[in-house]
Amino acid sequence: MAQHQVNYLKDGGLPVALTTIDKVVNWGRSNSLWALTYGLACCGIEMMASGASRYDFDRFGTIFRASPRQAELMVVAGTLTKKHAEFIRRLYDQMAEPKWVISMGSCANTGGMFNTYATVQGVDRVIPVDLYLPGCAPRPETLQYGVLMLQQKIRRESASRAQKPKRLM
Amino acid sequence: MRAYTPKDNVQKKPYYTDRYWVAPQVAKHNVSSDDVFAADLEAIKAKFEVLEAYIQVDQMVVIINAADNFGVIEMLKNELSYNQLSEMSAIDWLASEGKFEIFYQMLSMTKRKRLRIKCKIDEKESIQSVEKLFRSADWSEREMYDMFGVVVNNHPFMKRILMPDDWEGFPLRKTYPLQGDEFAAWYEVDKIFGKEAREIIGPENRDSARIDRYDTERFARLGHEVPRGTDISNGEPDTPLVYQETEGVFMIEKFDAEKSVVISDRDR
Ligand code: SF4
Repeated sequence: MAQHQVNYLKDGGLPVALTTIDKVVNWGRSNSLWALTYGLACCGIEMMASGASRYDFDRFGTIFRASPRQAELMVVAGTLTKKHAEFIRRLYDQMAEPKWVISMGSCANTGGMFNTYATVQGVDRVIPVDLYLPGCAPRPETLQYGVLMLQQKIRRESASRAQKPKRLM
Repeated sequence: MRAYTPKDNVQKKPYYTDRYWVAPQVAKHNVSSDDVFAADLEAIKAKFEVLEAYIQVDQMVVIINAADNFGVIEMLKNELSYNQLSEMSAIDWLASEGKFEIFYQMLSMTKRKRLRIKCKIDEKESIQSVEKLFRSADWSEREMYDMFGVVVNNHPFMKRILMPDDWEGFPLRKTYPLQGDEFAAWYEVDKIFGKEAREIIGPENRDSARIDRYDTERFARLGHEVPRGTDISNGEPDTPLVYQETEGVFMIEKFDAEKSVVISDRDR
């Protein structure tokens, strides 16, 4: 009898790992970042390449969704025109909380080379941005790295934090 | 309250000046030098008034009165077998002549010739649509309206095509500033958040290479490094380069010419 006795308090007697709710929730969130497809221009091609088999986003749990209701990450890849600005805001508002935004490429960051009347000079004038990726266009490695950085950021946050608007209104 | 800026002359201010070298015109030839074009021109002249006609780069250019545009193009299509309208748009000559030039670029597949019809209209004048003759004119005319503000009569759907419907101003006019007037600068903010948000969001940063010399959050001046976020508006200390020999940075050594080797024969 004694030889089958389990010492519950020692040596990991039960298959139990202790952690905090925060960590579990954030682990889940950060590893299932479903991205809204938002290719607006040439950067969109690089975003598609990142999702395809060579760079394979699926192994990070990032799957592109065509619906804002099912997405928590918006990768704004490309030039945002003023005509389109209201739609990007509407789609952002339709995404469920918590949500994050990656601004990919010079155009999305600052308007890039399109210093003209028809281009929004940076998507952060319209929606709050968590991560800016430099480059014209950033290579798929950059976007991969960006997503991994965002995962780190999510894991650092408190899972139950109030989702206050990050900037703007 | 937002500061008031007068808006009554926003469009009138001449933003455009002729900064560039103006290329010389390609030589114009007499229409009689080409039999096909000469015959076409005779046919047009028989019914309509032709102000000027010449051949330039193997294409005939015919300048007509704006009121005749539908008739001339109908004739070219039905009688002279110019069966394609490959392009049409306007050119802004408001500054020099106070007029728009409208051009129609036509192609005849059977004659293998290209021909251009041109006419001029005043700023407030409108022109007859040729959409009934060529479907390709549908979007071209809408684009012409969108970019120049030339109104086209009898068009089935006279709306803007590229810019938003509530856009103000006509972007391809030479008086339109490239980076947009005040309406364009605040368009997305006004539309999404309302005018009250202008102060919160602030003006556009049009200089994407802008560096603030006193910004220590994002920049460090080489040789004057300070901790992040320090206020350096009253000057900053020197942090000169310290070499490894003098207990400075590892691997940063003084250059010793004695130790270096100069390669004299490059084929070695
Ligand atoms: S940043 Fe460069 S590659 Fe990306 S959308 Fe703009 S122009 Fe295209």
